[in-house]
Amino acid sequence: MTPEGASGRLARLLSIVPWLVNRQGVDITHAAAELGVTEAQLRDDLELLFMCGYGSMTDELIDVSTEGGRILISNADTIAQPLRLTRAEALTLMVGLRALLGAEGVADSTVIERTLAKLDEAAASAGDVAGKVEAVLADDSAEHVREVVADALRRGRRLQLRYLVPARDESTDRAVDPMRLVSLDGRWYLEGWCHRAEDTRLFRLDRVEDIEVLDADGTPPAGARARDLAAGTFVASQRDPLVTLELRPGWEWVGEYYPTESLARADGVTTVTLRVGDREWVRRLALRAGGGVLVREPADLAAEVAGSARAALAAYGA
Amino acid sequence: MPPSNSPAAKTERLMNLVMTLLYTRRPLSRARIRETVEQYRLAPTDEAFERMFERDKEELRELGIPLATEEISAGWEDEPGYRIHARDYALPQIRFDADELAVLGLAARAWSHATLAAPAATALRKLRASGVEPDDEAFAFVEARLGTSEPAFGPLFDAVLAQAPVRFGYARPGEEAATRHVQPWGLTSQSGHWYLTGLDTDRGEPRVFRLSRISGKVTRAGKPGSYAVPADHDPVAMIRGRREGGRLDLVRLRVQSGSGNALRHRGIETAGDDGWDKVELPYSDPGDIAHELASYGASLIVEEPPAVRDAVITVLRAGADAHEEVGP
Repeated sequence: MTPEGASGRLARLLSIVPWLVNRQGVDITHAAAELGVTEAQLRDDLELLFMCGYGSMTDELIDVSTEGGRILISNADTIAQPLRLTRAEALTLMVGLRALLGAEGVADSTVIERTLAKLDEAAASAGDVAGKVEAVLADDSAEHVREVVADALRRGRRLQLRYLVPARDESTDRAVDPMRLVSLDGRWYLEGWCHRAEDTRLFRLDRVEDIEVLDADGTPPAGARARDLAAGTFVASQRDPLVTLELRPGWEWVGEYYPTESLARADGVTTVTLRVGDREWVRRLALRAGGGVLVREPADLAAEVAGSARAALAAYGA
Repeated sequence: MPPSNSPAAKTERLMNLVMTLLYTRRPLSRARIRETVEQYRLAPTDEAFERMFERDKEELRELGIPLATEEISAGWEDEPGYRIHARDYALPQIRFDADELAVLGLAARAWSHATLAAPAATALRKLRASGVEPDDEAFAFVEARLGTSEPAFGPLFDAVLAQAPVRFGYARPGEEAATRHVQPWGLTSQSGHWYLTGLDTDRGEPRVFRLSRISGKVTRAGKPGSYAVPADHDPVAMIRGRREGGRLDLVRLRVQSGSGNALRHRGIETAGDDGWDKVELPYSDPGDIAHELASYGASLIVEEPPAVRDAVITVLRAGADAHEEVGP
């Protein structure tokens, strides 16, 4: 992310002032959380605002007080109304809402439609670009499955799943205490406490073969932690063995998609090391890539890939 | 006051300019603006002020602040005056209910780890300014992410909005990157990937580009607004039907019992009695499906069509050759 420039900060200040003006005396910690900035940043912003005005006389300057951790702001009438939405701003929200609307079962579609209509009105000038950026959040999961998960989450009930694990190519039955319904990289997942694994797990909803809400409390155990999904859905343990892969052009995404221990580029080849608990996953990735992903280490895994490929070729008489 | 060339000093100067131009009821001359805004008053020379003011005007307009240039009343005929009309500046007063604000929050959060995080957050603050508190509990357990970490996203987003031609390096899997010239029509996220749709001007045909396959910088290659987007542009259909004109063919497989579960889901299966089942699966590109089918190794065999069968054999052979070279 590029560092915030002077005009980016101005945009933020102009959006913060109206929010504060309508909530005189708001607690500074609460305000920072609601505004999506850190408290230190908010304090800096308030300090800067304190010096701004439409002239240099005291009565022409914004007055800010943060005494007792409560924000009071006055003489800011000129900028007390939020600035119109820019095209990019309106577009981010419209794209997000339309995507949610398409993923039926996740959120109440009448609320989304109402919101979109008002947003259209609030950002009349953005309408002409609305169709140019679009995100599809609907995936191959069934609306019914998404709906059941959302319902179990709302009511705090346990779920019973029949779930396909493609990396192992098998189906399993699991009881899960739901924690979150997450769309990540275009797919919907249930994150929850899996009683079979006795750990937090992500379940891809398009791999749920059967689902029902159980008549049982679905509160996850106190120790269950939702994952930080910034690194994607793939979670490695430090106890897992290291695998070294060479990625040829077109397969570099593997190094971006999965958390790597090291990554080096030379002569058009990217070499990554990652921790992998499931050798089967690597074997299938290497078979799929057909030389685009080369297993360097461990050598016996490389030999296993070669053996699997030869066995398959034999079936074709090739 | 912060040092005059720091970003903080510049933000302060821009803020003072905005407030001054919103406060005035008449257009202000440059001279008057220079007197009023402290940082302009301190500018060492007229040229320094003029340069600063020109840049600042441009930046305000880029933020969507409607800076108007108007004639100052008689006597000043030759000189333009500046002001910001509150009616053009302010967001229309539309009241969003608590559940609507909550769903807006969910939509804004979808961008929180992406290139557009800042505009999404600013938009949300503006709409939530009114004093109505959102019913955030309603979606506390839902999280949608529109991952856009590809470096090409930012410049292409701008180019799509501006309708400006671009060029960039693009590599299909297994091929060297080549420069492509494109008139961008739209950006679409589908199945977790962002795609650019547009006219490939070298080929004279509409094309779909996956953002993750764009290498190097995206560069402007023409003037904004220099082409039109076809009225019937349907990006989702273009992405689905790319290369095959929308037609889906079927691949016929024999799959070992108990394997290929993900494929069975997407296709039509007929149970066999010899430990092998027949599965028919729609596909659009022999190359793409071949990689997926190869990942199953010997647990499935492609019967038809020959194009897919041959492509799978090629992938398997390349994998076997490469890994045999690694040696034990």
